[in-house]
Amino acid sequence: MPLVNYSARELTCKIVYYGAGRSGKTTNLHYIYDRVPAERRGSMVSLATHNERTLFFDFLPLDLGTISGFATKFQLYTVPGQIYYRSTRKLVLQGADGVVFVADSQRRQHDDNVQSLRDLHEVLAEQGVDVRSLPLVLQYNKQDLPADLVMTPRELDDALNFRDVPSFSADALAGTGVFETLRKVSQLVLQRLAAPQPAHR
Amino acid sequence: MLDGQFRFDNFVVGAANRLAASAARAVCESPGSVYNPLFVYSSPGLGKTHLLAAIGHQARALHPELVVEYVSLEDFVEQLHLAIGTGQAEAFKKRYQSVGLLLLDDVQFLSGRTETQSEVLRVFNALQSTGRQIVMASDRAPTDITDVDERLLNRLSGGLIVDMGTPDYETRVAILRHKCAERKTRLGQGVLEELARSSIGNVRELQGALNRLIAHQALMGESLSVSDVWQILGAAQLSEEPDEFETFLQDIATGVAASVDGWRLRLGERIAYWSGQGFRTAILEQALDLSEAPDVEQLDASFTAVTDRLRTLEAAAIKLDATHAGLAVFRDPDRLPEAERLVARAMALAEPPLAPRPGYELSALVRTTQNRLALRAAAAVIEGPGRQYSPLLIVGGTGAGKTHLAHAIGAALASRESAGGPVACLSGDEFVDDLIAALQRGDVEGWRARYRAVDALIIDGVQAIDGKEGTQEELFHLFNALHQDHRQIVLTSDRPLGAYIALAERLRTRFDGGLSVTIAAPSPSDRVGRFTPVPEGDEAAAPNIDLAIVVPFAPEEPVVAAAVEPSALVMHGRRSLDSFFFDSEKIAAEWPDATGRVLEELI
Repeated sequence: MPLVNYSARELTCKIVYYGAGRSGKTTNLHYIYDRVPAERRGSMVSLATHNERTLFFDFLPLDLGTISGFATKFQLYTVPGQIYYRSTRKLVLQGADGVVFVADSQRRQHDDNVQSLRDLHEVLAEQGVDVRSLPLVLQYNKQDLPADLVMTPRELDDALNFRDVPSFSADALAGTGVFETLRKVSQLVLQRLAAPQPAHR
Repeated sequence: MLDGQFRFDNFVVGAANRLAASAARAVCESPGSVYNPLFVYSSPGLGKTHLLAAIGHQARALHPELVVEYVSLEDFVEQLHLAIGTGQAEAFKKRYQSVGLLLLDDVQFLSGRTETQSEVLRVFNALQSTGRQIVMASDRAPTDITDVDERLLNRLSGGLIVDMGTPDYETRVAILRHKCAERKTRLGQGVLEELARSSIGNVRELQGALNRLIAHQALMGESLSVSDVWQILGAAQLSEEPDEFETFLQDIATGVAASVDGWRLRLGERIAYWSGQGFRTAILEQALDLSEAPDVEQLDASFTAVTDRLRTLEAAAIKLDATHAGLAVFRDPDRLPEAERLVARAMALAEPPLAPRPGYELSALVRTTQNRLALRAAAAVIEGPGRQYSPLLIVGGTGAGKTHLAHAIGAALASRESAGGPVACLSGDEFVDDLIAALQRGDVEGWRARYRAVDALIIDGVQAIDGKEGTQEELFHLFNALHQDHRQIVLTSDRPLGAYIALAERLRTRFDGGLSVTIAAPSPSDRVGRFTPVPEGDEAAAPNIDLAIVVPFAPEEPVVAAAVEPSALVMHGRRSLDSFFFDSEKIAAEWPDATGRVLEELI
């Protein structure tokens, strides 16, 4: 976990957007990409199938410049949501400093959300990561859809947020909640820097 | 000109500018030694000029003799043009070379000005080579200043680069309160907080807004309330929605500033410095992993001590052999002992201590009952030097054959193929003289290095160090170093250690720590022997038979006493009797009469 390199004065955070297929992870990244000044962002790498589904992963490097003397870089990743890409998800999740779990608020997607969240926990457990110590934020996407189709944030909190982590309602297409989510997960990651850690950098 | 308004005590420090402020203070305390040059950058209106001026004032207060020069790049260029125009270019150069602390503002204007760049580069070189401090401010990072000469760019980024971000809400409130206190004005409850909540991140604009509020309040003669704020400022409220990414960036900046440990930062600074100097910094990097803050200054000081030592060693090694330059061992503090050994070896090989005199052989010594043990010990030492009997202390009177034995051991050890270094074999007096000569030359280090690299150390007549504190001190350390490395040490002495007048206890115990054997004149039963050959020109070292013959007739020393208890001669007898050494052949040749009489009386 090369979060902060004091000798090279670099601070690198890897944040992974996780969630079921079609929940809006890549949309999150696209929105951020569009808002970042061109000189701050690397080119967004997107490996997608013909019908715009993420095949391998999306990668958006953000160069936040020198902050407090540190060359600060954020790397945003998404995983492919479809069930059968589990090994890819595992790969992308490796070494993540923070995770955003994007849930599709539609009622009929609920089972997929639950399954994906369980999958996240399993993969992390396999990698020996203590889920309780990993900065995690939930995003309830597509809250702009008609109320009879979606679950309310409260319902979703009851169903998914059993760890009581920060959660945000979002409409990733319009950008609502996108930066709020990113800001929160970044804060959690940075807070973790300050907390005493076991001996690794 | 420095603006007297801008001081540290009215510079509000928040998360966004904490690093810049601490670096600035460090520069004031010891200009030229830390963070040189210091490069501060931020968007306009966030306090660069304030910080530069504050550094100037504080440095002047702390070091009154320091010449402080504050100049913006525009002024610098103007001065340069004027100087060139009036033919005073030399005076211009001189003026800047006498500056102890140069504060250069608005460095971003260097962009595209080739002539100015080369002049600035010249001034930089002159100042930095003499350890003078440079502080620069710019509205962008050095790498973002376009069209700048590569060399100058390297200079700009060679020290510490810090940025100052937009102050967060709390800092903005603190700044506004500070300004109000300066103006001795009070605004209504919550007014400052309301103003701070606005999207105005630029402190200068914030001050402008505050000025308007204060002016309004002074004109109206009544205290402003929160609701008045946006009525008065109007336009500011309508300022466009802050850029989502910019606000995100500000939050991150605050988060980073709060999470980064100060000590890790300083340590990282030192690591960067030392690795820049080419040293391995594993020790310091390990300290980064500590959960508790170590004493960074002390850590760095001890690291500096080690690197200084390595540099000294490297310089010494290069002097001996130019191919030693840049060896990895001189760049790794973990390998300091290795470097010490390498240099010691090189020095010892280049100028070895006195070697054993040739021509002595153990087999040539006449074996008697009195030196049997010593001979056996010598053979064991030659067999396995440094392993069994180290040190081997041989005690015996003058003429008992100690010198012969010492040089014979030395010669045998030196002729071994596995010898890891030269064998030092010298008399105690030579040992002392060599040290004194080294002291005279001011090269005790070299002396130590030479002796520490020896494979075996043989001091014949170690009694010479009796009462010589300095030599004992050096011998003590040398002894320890050799003993630790399992090098053989052989000492001979003409008297038992107990008879020394002033021998440091720590040395005495060490001398006694190996094997101590006595060697003495042969007893009557040993008299039939053969001539002990001595190399030509070295007769002085021959076992002394003259004394042996004469002494028994000395009136105050009845020979009978010696005859009754021959072994007593060794420890308790007078020195003249200790040195009794007998060789019938020699005596027969030179003292025909005496032979018979001595024999007769002893028997």
